[in-house]
Amino acid sequence: MTAVIGPDAASPLPLFVRNLSVSFGTAQVVRSVSFQVAAGECLAIVGESGSGKSVTARTLLGLAGANAAVRADEVALGGRSVLGLSPAAWRKRRGRDVGLVLQDALVSLDPLRPIGREIGDSLRLHTGMGTTARRRRVIELLESVGLPEPGLRVRQRSGELSGGERQRALIAAALALDPPLLIADEPTTALDVTVQAQVLELLDDIKRRGTAVLLISHDLAVVSRIADRVAVMRDGDVIETGPTRDVLRRPQHPYTRRMIAAVPGDKPRGTRLASTATAADRAAPAETVHTRERRAPNAPVAPRIALEARGLVKTFTRPDGSRVNAVDDVSFRLEQGTTLGIVGESGSGKTTTARLLLALTTADEGCVEVLGEAWSTLSEAQRRPRRATVGAVYQDALGSFDPRHSVGRILRDAAGAGRRRRGTPHPRVLELLDSVGLERTVHERRPLQLSGGQRQRVGIARALAGRPQILICDEPVSSLDVSVQAQVLDLLDEVQRELALSMVFISHDLGVIQHMSDHVAVMQHGRIVETDAAAQVFRAPTQAYTRQLLAAVPTLPLE
Amino acid sequence: MSELEIRAHVASSPGALGGAARRVSATELITALLSLFLLTAAIAPQLVAPGDPLAIDPLSAFAAPSVAHGFGTDESGRDIYTRVVHGTGNSLLIGAAATAIGLGLGLLLGVLAGTLGRAVDFTVNRLLEVLFAFPGLLLALVFILIFGPGVATATIAVGLSTAPGYARIIRAQVLSVRSSAFVEAATVQGLGRAGILTRHILPNTLTPLLVLGTLGIGQAIVWAATLSYLGLGATPPAAEWGAMLSAGRTYITSAWWMSFFPGLFIVLTAVTATVLGRSIERRLRHA
Amino acid sequence: MPRRPAPDDSRITRGVPARSGGARLVMRVLGAVGVLWLVATLTFFAVRLIPGDPAQAILGGPGSQASAEALAAVRAEYGLDQPLLVQYLAQLGRLATGDLGRSYALNMDVGPLVMSQIGGTLLLAVLALALAWLLALSLATWSTRGGGVARRIGSGLEIVAAALPHFWLATSLIVVFSIWWGVLPPISTSGAIGLVLPVVTLAVPLAGFLGQLMRESLLTALESPFVLSARARGESERGVRWVHALRHAALPAVNLSGWAFGSLISGAVVVETIFARPGLGRTLLNAVTVRDVPVVVGVVLIVALAYILMTVLTDVAARIIDPRLRLA
Repeated sequence: MTAVIGPDAASPLPLFVRNLSVSFGTAQVVRSVSFQVAAGECLAIVGESGSGKSVTARTLLGLAGANAAVRADEVALGGRSVLGLSPAAWRKRRGRDVGLVLQDALVSLDPLRPIGREIGDSLRLHTGMGTTARRRRVIELLESVGLPEPGLRVRQRSGELSGGERQRALIAAALALDPPLLIADEPTTALDVTVQAQVLELLDDIKRRGTAVLLISHDLAVVSRIADRVAVMRDGDVIETGPTRDVLRRPQHPYTRRMIAAVPGDKPRGTRLASTATAADRAAPAETVHTRERRAPNAPVAPRIALEARGLVKTFTRPDGSRVNAVDDVSFRLEQGTTLGIVGESGSGKTTTARLLLALTTADEGCVEVLGEAWSTLSEAQRRPRRATVGAVYQDALGSFDPRHSVGRILRDAAGAGRRRRGTPHPRVLELLDSVGLERTVHERRPLQLSGGQRQRVGIARALAGRPQILICDEPVSSLDVSVQAQVLDLLDEVQRELALSMVFISHDLGVIQHMSDHVAVMQHGRIVETDAAAQVFRAPTQAYTRQLLAAVPTLPLE
Repeated sequence: MSELEIRAHVASSPGALGGAARRVSATELITALLSLFLLTAAIAPQLVAPGDPLAIDPLSAFAAPSVAHGFGTDESGRDIYTRVVHGTGNSLLIGAAATAIGLGLGLLLGVLAGTLGRAVDFTVNRLLEVLFAFPGLLLALVFILIFGPGVATATIAVGLSTAPGYARIIRAQVLSVRSSAFVEAATVQGLGRAGILTRHILPNTLTPLLVLGTLGIGQAIVWAATLSYLGLGATPPAAEWGAMLSAGRTYITSAWWMSFFPGLFIVLTAVTATVLGRSIERRLRHA
Repeated sequence: MPRRPAPDDSRITRGVPARSGGARLVMRVLGAVGVLWLVATLTFFAVRLIPGDPAQAILGGPGSQASAEALAAVRAEYGLDQPLLVQYLAQLGRLATGDLGRSYALNMDVGPLVMSQIGGTLLLAVLALALAWLLALSLATWSTRGGGVARRIGSGLEIVAAALPHFWLATSLIVVFSIWWGVLPPISTSGAIGLVLPVVTLAVPLAGFLGQLMRESLLTALESPFVLSARARGESERGVRWVHALRHAALPAVNLSGWAFGSLISGAVVVETIFARPGLGRTLLNAVTVRDVPVVVGVVLIVALAYILMTVLTDVAARIIDPRLRLA
């Protein structure tokens, strides 16, 4: 129908979209968006959950779903329109004109099939290549994405490869036919920071070799690494678009500004990440934040050791009988009123450390002392009366609540308060809800009915119910959108200062750790590699691993 | 592995009856009506089938289904429809009793295995393994071998056969709750073992029991009827479905309706129970 | 959407072999022997609960009017006057050598009796399992093709099929196919045609169960990310199903085949009786009815053995299909 679209007839644009709208029933998910990507260029679509960015990506492949209503002035891949294509025609274009890379290769590659077959599928479907020719090409592809020992890998399944290797294989599968356009939907979200950096390098490389890349992500910093241009999506609209540096350094739209402001990192402690929301800006009423009254912080306390870990060791036995040191001689001190941030990649032992601190598992060696008294060496019966001193906030708030209990019941149980007559909530419950900025009516609701941010607030309220002096937070914001994350971090910060809590904050996210911590301990393979004041560790790290971590973290290019 | 586990597993799958729905679906409506019909037939059969199930009328023996006798008559001229309806009470009672036995025993074993530590768990597991090596009706048959045929023995036998299935499901549920994140959170809050048992483990284990029981009743009725059919359970002239089928065996070539309709009611009850169990599961999950 | 990085357990999953297949098999065999021993023990003591005098039963039952000398002789011969523990050990010894005793009613050794009957039952079981798989697979594939209507029909058919009692299905089939249409024999004659109705009777309810499982896992597989990746490469709907989804759909059914086998043997009791086919089921039922204890015990033990064997086989098959299990 339409003529070839592109700067000149000889090189059509790999992707051209004008006024694309997608709706499911009455819900309008994508509203009239337009963008284009040229060869050798990377456009990133950034947005939080519900922004419509993933639906857009799938629509470009004709895979939005059977009940999706797609309308557009034009959508063209490689210069040829894809509007109104029959399923057979679509199948010819997929893989050839566009390749798709999804998040988490463990489930995006068939776990039952060898990856050689998965990668060779495109070749089998679109070319007439024989088995030997296909195998050769597959090995070539695996080499081109930097996978070591491709001959061996070809026969393995996705579960036998590491996270980074799997993602590379997935990218190889998408590039099998050398399509002009590669769509990557959150390709690095499931990966460790250092591995993420490598995969981003690879995508950058692919871009420079001439493929157009459409990168979908929620992470502005990741995007700033390789994207030439950025489009910010919210509620189905593209609200801002432009060259990456411009958008990130001089954002025009208030939403973009808020998103950038919400990214923690080297913003000093005490800086509010989230601005108080204006009514007009709020998307879902369920997320209405009840602005809490800030209370005057208590008088500063003389420094005292709130929590001390000495020589903690914990080993596990793997299914095949070998032993792995999850925690290997870990020692640290938490001064009262401060925050210790423990940061590490997966397998570093930080979660096991958290469990040891909470006495959910017993250490093989070493001990933990709380407020100068024995803690881990006690029997559970001796420790139980003192458990109120230590509270915990978990990553999976929903999983940490009994599915049958209402919020009121959860908080009441945590506070040790008795039951009240039906309908009258306990005053302590109301007090707790106030302290985390939730409306009082929430006490009747079930956690399932709340949003992610609200659930985590309930989790924090529950942790505070016993009036603890120490708070252990294990990845408390990792499952939250950036803007919600900002609110929860601000809340934790305020609560800590008002109640003079001592906090151990565990996370894989260096930006969050940098923002929240006074002291930092970096863990790798069960050991503390480096520990110092936060500013020291982040500005002048002494250990090679720390430097490697910091180098791998993508940061926003602000000034 | 038991039939019950499979039914329970499928009932709890996301696609079992569509997603969450606030309104009552057509399937649920039909199921509810059928359940109501069956319960009425069990408790007050005269409302649904006026007439005497034992009334003999030799002149109309072996009458095919007609307007006068909807399901036909048997060898003594008794109206089959009336007998089938009046047999509902017996059959449902047997099914309910067997389910209660199985569920009770299974609950006991499952909770013991899940809460009393490794040694008890190991012992119970071995016991269950042995019981599972008697597939299906075999355990019931051995029980009847020992204690002789009859309605009571058959009921107990069916109950015992289903108990291992219940025990395994309940044990799995107890273990799952014990290792769940919210039980850990309760430990961190300072809740003791007794408190965790009463506040978290038991309530979360008992809730699925309703679904399990509903799914199980259908299976129990089928098995009990099978035993009766084989001559090991209820015997004619008791108006119990299996017994009626057993009586109809001899006349199968001439009067197929004698076997067909009682069996149809069995199928109907089992299907209703299954769908009911799934609906309850779905509603509870989305509550 | 959880943003947490998936645990990078390459150290664990890559190249580190699980306990070798051979060692695992040995453990399974030992476990199986253990269970068998427990089954034999349980039946031994359970059978002791039967009221009445076993010596009398051997001689033909309470109405046989056996003389006191005959009873004493039988007791001595069968060791019935020995202490319980001695009897138990003697029984174990006999079982270890394959001696299953002698039938009270049939004047035959139980071992050869069971062996002569087992073929018929196995034949039915294997054929029924195959047919059930075929039916379940077809229904699952067909019902997930179209929209909601096909899905509901498929689900409904499966629920009804699973609820069908064997005896009712058998008699209904006989009525329809033998009496009305006369195309199939009601009582099994020799030859393949006599197998049709019994096999179908056994297969249909099982197909209901397997179908439900298969359909559920098929639907899950069709909505998973790896199928999306496959579609994004240009794979057709048929390709998606056959190359990807079906293998995932079959997994739970393979796991279940052990249970399915047991359920088929249980169903064979009814089916063999109705269709008058030779087999363990009919033998067992007759033995229970006349209280022929050795036969019942013998059949139960053989069935337990077969069932346990089948479970081990299913385990092996599952590991072959799903390599993820090998690492666990």
